[in-house]
Amino acid sequence: MGYPHPPHPRETVLLSQYFGDPEARSLAGWRQRGGYRALEQALAMEPTAVTTIVKDSGLRGRGGAGFPTGTKWSFMKPGDGKAHYLCCNADESEPGTFKDREIMRWTPHALVEGCAIAAYAIGAETVYIYIRGEFTEPLQRMTEAVREAYAAGLLGPGAMGGKARIDVRIHKGAGAYICGEETALMNSIEGRRGNPRIKPPFPATAGLFGMPTTINNVETLAAVPHIITQGAAWYKAMCLSSPKSPGTKLFSVCGNVRRPGNYEVVLGFPFEEFLYDLCGGPPAGRKFKAIIPGGASVPIQTMDEVRATKMDYEGFVAGGSMLGSGGVICIDDAQCMVKQIGRLARFFAHESCAQCTQCREGTSWTTKIVERIEAGQGTPDDLDTLLEIADNMTGKTICVLSDSCAVPVVSGIQKFRDEFDAHIQGHRCPFRVAAAAA
Amino acid sequence: MITLTIEGRQVSVPEGTSILEAGKAAGILIPHYCYHPGLPVAGVCRMCLVEVEKSPKLAPACATAAADGQVVHVHSESALEARQGVLELLLINHPLDCPVCDQSGECELQDYTYAEGRRSTRYREPKRVNPVEDFGGDVVYVPNRCILCTRCVRFMETVAEDPVLNVSDRGDHALIGKFENQDLTHPWAGNVVELCPVGALLSKDFLNKARSWDMDRAASVCPGCSQGCNIVIETRDNVVARLRPRPNADVNQYFMCDEGRLNYRWLNRRDRVAEPLVRRGDALIPVDWEIAIDAAARTLTGRRVTAIVSPGLSNEVLYLLRRVLERCGAESEGVFAVRQGPEAPLPGVPDLAVRADRAPNVQGAELMGFRRTDAPLDAVRSGDVLLLADADLSAAGAAVVSGALARAADIIVIGTTVPAWAAGAGAALPLANMAEDEGTFTNLRGRVQRYRQAKSPPALARPGWSVLADLLVALGDPIVVWTPAEAFSALAQAHPAFAGMTYEGLGATGTVVADAREPRAVTAGIGA
Amino acid sequence: MSVPPPGSLTQLERAAAFDPALPDAYEPLFVGERRVALDEVLTRYPTRMAALLPALWMVQEARGWVSEAAMAEVAEVLHVTPAYVKGVVTFYTMYHQRPVGRHFVQVCTTSPCNVCGAEDVVRAFLTHTGSGEIGATSPDGRFTVIEVECLGACGFATPIMIDEDVIEGVTAAQVPEIIARYP
Repeated sequence: MGYPHPPHPRETVLLSQYFGDPEARSLAGWRQRGGYRALEQALAMEPTAVTTIVKDSGLRGRGGAGFPTGTKWSFMKPGDGKAHYLCCNADESEPGTFKDREIMRWTPHALVEGCAIAAYAIGAETVYIYIRGEFTEPLQRMTEAVREAYAAGLLGPGAMGGKARIDVRIHKGAGAYICGEETALMNSIEGRRGNPRIKPPFPATAGLFGMPTTINNVETLAAVPHIITQGAAWYKAMCLSSPKSPGTKLFSVCGNVRRPGNYEVVLGFPFEEFLYDLCGGPPAGRKFKAIIPGGASVPIQTMDEVRATKMDYEGFVAGGSMLGSGGVICIDDAQCMVKQIGRLARFFAHESCAQCTQCREGTSWTTKIVERIEAGQGTPDDLDTLLEIADNMTGKTICVLSDSCAVPVVSGIQKFRDEFDAHIQGHRCPFRVAAAAA
Repeated sequence: MITLTIEGRQVSVPEGTSILEAGKAAGILIPHYCYHPGLPVAGVCRMCLVEVEKSPKLAPACATAAADGQVVHVHSESALEARQGVLELLLINHPLDCPVCDQSGECELQDYTYAEGRRSTRYREPKRVNPVEDFGGDVVYVPNRCILCTRCVRFMETVAEDPVLNVSDRGDHALIGKFENQDLTHPWAGNVVELCPVGALLSKDFLNKARSWDMDRAASVCPGCSQGCNIVIETRDNVVARLRPRPNADVNQYFMCDEGRLNYRWLNRRDRVAEPLVRRGDALIPVDWEIAIDAAARTLTGRRVTAIVSPGLSNEVLYLLRRVLERCGAESEGVFAVRQGPEAPLPGVPDLAVRADRAPNVQGAELMGFRRTDAPLDAVRSGDVLLLADADLSAAGAAVVSGALARAADIIVIGTTVPAWAAGAGAALPLANMAEDEGTFTNLRGRVQRYRQAKSPPALARPGWSVLADLLVALGDPIVVWTPAEAFSALAQAHPAFAGMTYEGLGATGTVVADAREPRAVTAGIGA
Repeated sequence: MSVPPPGSLTQLERAAAFDPALPDAYEPLFVGERRVALDEVLTRYPTRMAALLPALWMVQEARGWVSEAAMAEVAEVLHVTPAYVKGVVTFYTMYHQRPVGRHFVQVCTTSPCNVCGAEDVVRAFLTHTGSGEIGATSPDGRFTVIEVECLGACGFATPIMIDEDVIEGVTAAQVPEIIARYP
């Protein structure tokens, strides 16, 4: 596995400080780097006080939705006599996103510590870390870290300084993007098909095994120890644009870009500078044609659209897209957008759980039409059909996978209509023709 | 109670009611596929999306609780567009084979498409094609027609508690699946055919037998056992083609067992006695009804009679038979036997099972004072008149039959058939069977339920209540009964357990007899 | 007779492994040490059903794929029906429902990798392993190659997985050398 790049001077390395440092992986190494001090500190507080700090820090969910973490924790009512669960979402499957993988590979104890603090705050005795099955190395690192933490008494019956029992279990996924959806993830832990559940009830009321459950992303939980040790005010002050979006965030950058990888910046960082200064811009001789700024589920944007974007929850929305999971997919001008939109649709069709009609049938139909257009067999009314199917697939299903498939299609047709038209009118893919000629 | 407005109509429903059920209460059908009141909510077909004012997104009516002051639009533009979208998507891979599909005419996909769907498809890609699969039991699966509503899976899982069906695979490859050698053999599995809103799960028994629009339907009660499941008898050209469950929350909810469902061929049997017969020398010859009634009355008058009755006869017929016995000589009695079979409950529904008593009116027979016995022929005493009232004695051994025949001085048959061993009867009065007649049965919990006539009886066969009323008159009873309702009312006036009941008042779902728990054998005085 | 490890199957043996008429050939998995291991897994969850994914992983580790007979055994051990287990197995793409080659190659071809030339990598694998088409096993039983949706290593295009190993930044030119490492 490749080592991460050395941090760019404009990065603010908090979560990624020890990426590439194999010593940080062990419990001893992690302790040397200040690990588990936050847990100790948290255990000296009342659980509600821990939640308050996280709430005051302004930390928001790093999995995609951006829900305030402390608020989410406060939904859990301790002392209701029920088992409480914490789920850590390490299913990281959003195309373009590979940040949680690196956290687990390099700093597994950061996640164990974050889980323990969160479990303490919400009164959960059991934490399930749901790691996608393809993450063989992260699974191995996390399993080892949990083993070490048990051996050191940080987890298990006498954990938390004898204050509470806490168990951390690693649950290995088996190949399903949709298990990154929180209720699908819970079904998967329960030994079911990864079907998203109808909400309400929300997980805080009836989640895993029907019990009150909180679910947080890896990156969110990994940020918690820093907030505990350095304080809510310190975290909240890390902000370059919207005060509603404080803290650092890992952005995964991939596709046609000179220096792909994970970059940690303070939220609100200017996107254009990020793309060109930190990531090195497009490959030599190429231009960025399209940027998908937050994983495959968010609207595709042109370079012109993203130029002024500030990299935070509000900034990406203002720019016409979303921060999502922070997976930045760069597409250069040698790529056929019709083909890439078809490829995205194919991904969602492959990953549809098959429950809702619009998703099961719509993702597949969309894929077939876009691929037919790409093959030169499209007709002008196909685009209207695609937009109408997309409308049908938006806001009408149990989860948002269907919407996610519609997003690249709608934004793609809006922004790259000329490419669709060229395929339809020329009855072939102009990029293939160009490639064949070259 | 909460009050909401659906399509401009105000309706009050208990808290926790779904918008879909509230719609039903208001008389508004919100189109749906996966929702079924007898199953857990899945919320997957997305057909029941409705517009709720002040709500940003369309809401699935099946999975959204009705709320006080809610204003719901079912036929607004956005809701209609959403339904059209679902219909279009359900149809892209659905074959247009309605002309050869058994579900045609009673298909919810067909109905809603006709009502609201697009006129033509925009789908130009190849359709998904999968082979037909035998699911075992009476069920065959046609995956190409399946809309993945999962009603069948949920039924087997939560109602039958025998999860042999699953959703296999995912995306648009998903199908209803099962495991090799694990078939739909559960005694109630056939309900998945009923639950399937399209033609994906079909009854092998009914396959290609009749088009739904060619059939006539009558509300009835299953004659298969003492549970008394409410059913619909469907006939084509006066032939019973299939039985289907009819909802009754107090008896069978929405279901019926496979045994009951498939046990209808006897209603179509051709070897019926179709004309009144009397003995002339060695032969039974057809005569007018008056002659046959007179012959029967003359044989019965003043004689000691042993009546062997069928527990499949209606309350009214059994009541009139009881009155007949009272017109006969001293020590006349009536007995009945009940065919037995294994019990098979439907676990997900309380107090619902195929009952060991495989007859619909055991309780009624007991209430009318007939004695239950395992050996009814043994009740025949020397010199008795054996009055055989449609009882099936085919299980009796030859020695038992010949012994009873030797003791009986005379035989009178009132029934649908004349068994070969009773060919020596003095008279035979042909009756309509339960599908050809109407009347009431009393189920094992004392619920008196009406069944309606589904087909006409053969030739001169007549309803039992009418034949027995004539016989009673011939025996000197002052009874006046011209209709089944009058027969029931005569019973209700005479029998304390039926006191206060009216034929009309039984309605579609029946009424429980007084003091139902302890069936009382009333042997005297009820005809007075 | 136990099912031989994948890859060592001849065509005939492979056909036999599919033959439902041969249920006697199945040797139970959850006995002895593996049963102890499963019992330990069961302590991690409040329900037996929750051990389903781990149990299926144990099956796949032991046998290389999840046969119907194995599904039936897992069902019995976890007190669910075989049909239920099959519904779950078919949902998750990582459980093999057919025997696969000795080495299972997954090439990520989702968009971020696609724009970086993942399709060439797939073609190279199909050619150099001799398996010819997606999902097929090479005639020597050594490799099965599939396209996989997003391995979550998009910054290291093109990532591939061979068995449990993730290899990043694979180009078509490197494929022969990589294959050589997996005899």
